[in-house]
Amino acid sequence: METIKKHFFSDLGVMLGRSMRHISRSLDTIITVCITPIAMMLLFVYVFGGAIQTGTENYVNYLLPGILLIAIASGISYTAYRLFLDKQRGIIERFHSMPISRSAVLWGHVLTSVVSNVISVIVIIIVALIMGFRSSSGVLPWLAVAGILVLFTLALTWVAAIAGLTAKSVEGASAFSYPLIFLPFISSAFVPTESMPTVVRVFAENQPVTSIVEAIRALLSGQLVGNDIWVALAWCIGIMVVAYIFAMKAYKKRM
Amino acid sequence: MKNLAIQVKGLQKSYKQHQVLKGVNFEVEQGSIFALLGSNGAGKTTAVKILTTLLKPDSGTIKVNGFDVTSNPDHVRQAISLTGQFAAVDEILTGRENLIMIAKLRYLKNPRQVAEDLLKRFGLTEAADRKASTYSGGMRRRLDIALSLVGTPQIVFLDEPTTGLDPEARLEVWKMVKELAAGGTTIFLTTQYLEEAEQLADRIAILHEGRIIANGTLAELKKLFPQAKVEYVEKQPSLEDIFLAIIGKKEAM
Repeated sequence: METIKKHFFSDLGVMLGRSMRHISRSLDTIITVCITPIAMMLLFVYVFGGAIQTGTENYVNYLLPGILLIAIASGISYTAYRLFLDKQRGIIERFHSMPISRSAVLWGHVLTSVVSNVISVIVIIIVALIMGFRSSSGVLPWLAVAGILVLFTLALTWVAAIAGLTAKSVEGASAFSYPLIFLPFISSAFVPTESMPTVVRVFAENQPVTSIVEAIRALLSGQLVGNDIWVALAWCIGIMVVAYIFAMKAYKKRM
Repeated sequence: MKNLAIQVKGLQKSYKQHQVLKGVNFEVEQGSIFALLGSNGAGKTTAVKILTTLLKPDSGTIKVNGFDVTSNPDHVRQAISLTGQFAAVDEILTGRENLIMIAKLRYLKNPRQVAEDLLKRFGLTEAADRKASTYSGGMRRRLDIALSLVGTPQIVFLDEPTTGLDPEARLEVWKMVKELAAGGTTIFLTTQYLEEAEQLADRIAILHEGRIIANGTLAELKKLFPQAKVEYVEKQPSLEDIFLAIIGKKEAM
């Protein structure tokens, strides 16, 4: 019997186009993933920044990595939201009763998450440049930064996929991201950890955001990166693999 | 020999402890309209999900268009389309974009033309470039069915296609179903409305507590009941008759 040829990449393209249209038509999404981090950056630089002692001259340089992580963490909550709606409104069932590649439906959401977060990160970096962000790093460190951010996005996107696939309500599908958005505040993203009380400091120094922020900061300022980059990569890949396994399990169980 | 579009033998399905389908058997002839009738919770949707490869059966042999749903789901999916209980349209896309998307997923040659034709056929040309979220219930259902017809599948599954629709929209759906069947498409529909089955179906099966308790043409099912007595009853118009008459008059004005 002849087997049916599947067109994974063509299906993936259709799914990507669909979700990107969803984003471009949702003012709410654009405000949350782009405008809010920019507003936060303005607030920290021009209001709190004067009172924060980081030991660096340029606070925008210090702040930017943390802002980017916050933007990604709020961006992926929309992935969970879109996935949940697809599941709830039966559109996934329509896709799954068609002779298409089933995994393309889920990968479409994942790819959308990466593409949309890349766009918001670029927009935020442009605004940061206007605000005085400067980096003397060459192409290689920038590529390393891009790689870490994409890995971080993928790791959180798979976490979001678990939330979107298993949630019972829209609120549940996006509420999981609040702790993720909050995590950068208890790290070295905005202020050095030295000033924190011991307990908070131990937490801050050992949670994933700090190592990721430190690695990106070092790469952008041309300093020695040290161990941070390996710790950061281990966190991102670890979270990604575990979340991927659980998300796939949830996806296959439902269908 | 008659050609069978669907064959179901000994279909069983449980959710944890709860047995939903307890050995269901039926056949659907090619090109006919088959109605699975049953009250809420009788297991109709579960049966549809198994036939459309969304759920795996616990046991039984289920063939759709000659292919086994468990061992050959891709071949089944090529022959079918599903219109679920809730209109599964993409609300953020326009009607036209919805149709083009499905046409692309079916690898059709000219998605734009396919969309254009279906919009015309389902009276959605004017609303084509509006988001589906702005559509009325009836329009959404029309778009939903139009999406199911992209690529002209041989077997169309309609799970409670008129639940939640107003009487006018329901009549529209009935008309579409009849036209489809006239064109040779096999139609499998579930409904909880007796009248719907009576109006549309060539064969009706009644699913009750996980089993088919009756299966036949309307005439055959009628024979299961005692001989009709002739009584003289004044025929009162139903509220639906009145509603449709008034609406009809209004539109004529």
